[in-house]
Amino acid sequence: MVDFSLWDIFRNLLMAVRWTVVLSLIAFVGGGLIGLALLIARIAKWPGIEPVVAGYVQLFQGTPLLMQLFFLFFGLSSLGFQVSAWTAAAIGLTLYTSAFLTEIWRGCVNSVSKGQWEASSALALNLREQLRYVIGPQALKVAVPPTVGFLVQVVKGTALASVIGFTELTKTGTTIANATFKPFTVYACVALLYFILCFPISLWARSLERKLHGQR
Amino acid sequence: MDNVEQSPAVPGIVEITGLRKRFGTNEVLKGIDLSVKRGEVIAIIGKSGSGKSTLLRSVNGLEQFDEGTLTVDGQALLHGNAAAMRALRQHVGMIFQSFNLFPHLSVGRNVMLAPTLVKKRDAARAEAAARKLLERVGLVEKFDAQPDQLSGGQQQRVAIARALAMEPSVLLCDEITSALDPELVGEVLRVVESLAEEGMTLLMVTHEMSFARKVSDRVVFMHAGRIHEMGPPESVFGNPQTPELKQFLSALH
Repeated sequence: MVDFSLWDIFRNLLMAVRWTVVLSLIAFVGGGLIGLALLIARIAKWPGIEPVVAGYVQLFQGTPLLMQLFFLFFGLSSLGFQVSAWTAAAIGLTLYTSAFLTEIWRGCVNSVSKGQWEASSALALNLREQLRYVIGPQALKVAVPPTVGFLVQVVKGTALASVIGFTELTKTGTTIANATFKPFTVYACVALLYFILCFPISLWARSLERKLHGQR
Repeated sequence: MDNVEQSPAVPGIVEITGLRKRFGTNEVLKGIDLSVKRGEVIAIIGKSGSGKSTLLRSVNGLEQFDEGTLTVDGQALLHGNAAAMRALRQHVGMIFQSFNLFPHLSVGRNVMLAPTLVKKRDAARAEAAARKLLERVGLVEKFDAQPDQLSGGQQQRVAIARALAMEPSVLLCDEITSALDPELVGEVLRVVESLAEEGMTLLMVTHEMSFARKVSDRVVFMHAGRIHEMGPPESVFGNPQTPELKQFLSALH
């Protein structure tokens, strides 16, 4: 058996952190873009879009993320589509994130008073201009804290990708624990690394919230 | 249809014919016909629930009507036609009970926003126009202030300047002094009165009867979704014909 020092464990985990970060970023950016597109389609009242988006949101909010990843990874391959663990994890987390963000942001848009829509309509602004110059900036103020808060959920959610074999932080931790027979030390390091990733984000969310509340 | 023969010699700036509006099974407008001449000042009075706000909000399409036609400056109001709505709304300004200034923009930006976006004015020209309009409502020194730093009366005067910045042919006023403290009502009404004197076409829903009497050319009394009585203020207020209007006026005293 190879003897792993604490530093060896930590160093190997540190190398794996980047995959957690990359997966989080993909999920967040991709999920943000899809979430925004769904939100705009909903606001623009595209014919038939409302029940579709509502169903989409319910589907991803009402089932465990783990099942969604299983479905994408094992389900699609049994249907003949070969997807790598990496692709399945990226797609799964992106869809999951988009469903949550579109719903969070819809609440933020709804928090802007109806009078703002009416006043900007009466001034002949079109929907794009209303969203860009009147509704968007006001909704954004409300949206920042819960959005950043949800980012923490996404970072922790990436741990589930280990179950379908994607080698991120948790998966690497499992591998090292199996090799070293020091699960306590290894998982303590894993938890510490998640905390180091998430804690600053939480702090950031809180300071943003305070700042935005102070302004108005 | 031969429109030329049907319509009066000089078509009004706002022409409303056979307007009907339902909320579910509740019909709130039961066939409204109204022709507003250019430069005319019309006060719409009536109990709450009589349909007066709904009628006013139909003129710029904030409410969709179910039947009838409505034209402003000869342009028909077509719901669902974004280009036509945008064209029509440039002719119709509106001032709201709750001001509805954009809270994230300075007073000046509130006034400049729509002209720069919709009329594609360059910033310098829009700013010059905004300053002129704010001067007219007595608030030019507030150009860089935020809306929440202003009193209600000041906010409503900014809202008037914002509406005027689009150079509308008609101005809709929806109970614009109802949310104001009594001591702030006067400053807003003085601005509206000066607009009336300058020949702006005004359609206003109001509870300020003495103001309606003083400023308007015609008073429309709405009751149960219909225009129940209409005429010059001296006859509507001085010699009401229907029991509903008599009761409405006596309830005010």
